[in-house]
Amino acid sequence: MVKINFRDTAAFYGAEPGGGAPTKVKITFVDSHGQPRTVEGEVGSTVMETARRNDIPEIAAECGGACACATCHVYVDSAWSEKTGKASQMEEDMLDFAFDVQPNSRLCCQITVRPELDGLIVKTPSQQG
Amino acid sequence: MSHPNAAEINTDVVIIGAGPAGLFTVFELGLLDIKAHIIDILPRAGGQCSELYPEKPIYDIPGLPLVTGQGLTDNLMQQIEPFGPTFHFNEMVETLTSVGTEHAPAFRLTTDAGKIFNAKVVIVAAGGGSFQPKKPPIPDIDQYEGKSVFYAVRQMEDFRDKDVVIVGGGDSALDWTLNLEPIAKSLTLVHRRDAFRAAPHSVSAMQELVAKGKIAFKLGQITHVEGNQGQLTAALLKTNDGAIEKLSCQRLMPFFGLTMKLGPVADWGLNLNENLVPVDTEKFETSHPGIFAVGDINYYPGKLKLILSGFHEGALAAQKAHRYIYPDKKLLFQYTTSSTNLQKKLGVS
Ligand SMILES: Cc1cc2nc3c(=O)[nH]c(=O)nc-3n(C[C@H](O)[C@H](O)[C@H](O)COP(=O)(O)OP(=O)(O)OC[C@H]3O[C@@H](n4cnc5c(N)ncnc54)[C@H](O)[C@@H]3O)c2cc1C
Ligand code: FES
Repeated sequence: MVKINFRDTAAFYGAEPGGGAPTKVKITFVDSHGQPRTVEGEVGSTVMETARRNDIPEIAAECGGACACATCHVYVDSAWSEKTGKASQMEEDMLDFAFDVQPNSRLCCQITVRPELDGLIVKTPSQQG
Repeated sequence: MSHPNAAEINTDVVIIGAGPAGLFTVFELGLLDIKAHIIDILPRAGGQCSELYPEKPIYDIPGLPLVTGQGLTDNLMQQIEPFGPTFHFNEMVETLTSVGTEHAPAFRLTTDAGKIFNAKVVIVAAGGGSFQPKKPPIPDIDQYEGKSVFYAVRQMEDFRDKDVVIVGGGDSALDWTLNLEPIAKSLTLVHRRDAFRAAPHSVSAMQELVAKGKIAFKLGQITHVEGNQGQLTAALLKTNDGAIEKLSCQRLMPFFGLTMKLGPVADWGLNLNENLVPVDTEKFETSHPGIFAVGDINYYPGKLKLILSGFHEGALAAQKAHRYIYPDKKLLFQYTTSSTNLQKKLGVS
């Protein structure tokens, strides 16, 4: 039986077509118990979409990438924080609704996958919503 | 739960949820002379469209090449206006009990605000579930909820002469800081940064109270609570430089926005399939005669969680609802374009 849930729909609506020939990069999600999962992300999509497509746990993404729910909160590994860049004003505001926000906190629907993010490591928090 | 001043409301139909599916169902019912009361836990209509993406464009509403989430909601509100639905916002339907028979269904619903509704037909348009406050990951917080930890203020008097800690930097946090300051014994606002996404006048009013020493403002996050039997004695603040500070308090209000939870829909005795309510595709009725489910909350083979599906489902549910509400009347198929009768109802003839 097909399982359709709200979050898939949300991720579907957040999805942007990757332009041109899709290039893949590796992204590792480390869950709150320390378990790493490495998956392929398509350049031009977002880190949140990569997580949803690969059934990464601990990413809820209720608003489907609208920067409106703060349930796609991640901690960017310190080696990568410079490359991922800083949160925008809107994202900073939305981070107020995330739990245990740290200086390396980001909403991963706001991180676009780019070739220079190949190898990116992010940690997921134990609770999103 | 029984409330002393419970008002009983008798109506044809109660619609649970004022998202796009619930709103358009008002229209389809209205064309069939059926009056509806519509209840939503949110303070406004529109469901996900107005709560999650009011400014975002929607491109797949038939006949509307582009409309925003809020724009669609406003249009629907205008479209259903002739049918004068009664809205009950800020209320969650808690219980739904059947008090009728298979052929003459009747239902009794209660809300967390103490209202009681008696209806012949119930339309569940609860979408992804009810929007509920996010609960911070503080150990054992559930033991204090409703007793000394609150996500909303139902009674201001609960806060009189108490040491109150409010967490957050949005409008709810600031509004309650300003409203509770005069009656609380002390008030501490805790936020992770010295910037607020709230109405500028509330921010300046709050800053003025801090400057006058009437309230305290602390940078950091609450990580633990202390107390016993649901009564809080202190909250532990982890400041942004990692130090732990104990704030003694008897009330804590965390404001971290809303999340969608299935909520009470699970307790109404309806069949559930992965948190969705299975329906038939002829009338979108649930396994319980007289209870229909439309929009994102329902499930049937081929279901698409699109706004346009909810519209179609509401139209068909209304047809069957008519049979329950007017068992002796025959339904005549009519177009709004040409039926003077329908146009009269719409107030356009
Ligand atoms: C970011 C995003 C973009 C989207 N874009 C599109 C798009 O382009 N096109 C499209 O067709 N769809 C889109 N969708 C999906 C669309 O928003 C949903 O299909 C639609 O909102 C479902 O409408 P609904 O009325 O069934 O439920 P909802 O909109 O979820 O509304 C349900 C309402 O019921 C209330 N409720 C629930 N339980 C109770 C209770 N017990 N008591 C009181 N009230 C209750 C809730 O508070 C809520 O307001 C998008 C969704 C998201 C998140
Ligand atoms: S998915 Fe909602 S803010 Fe990122």
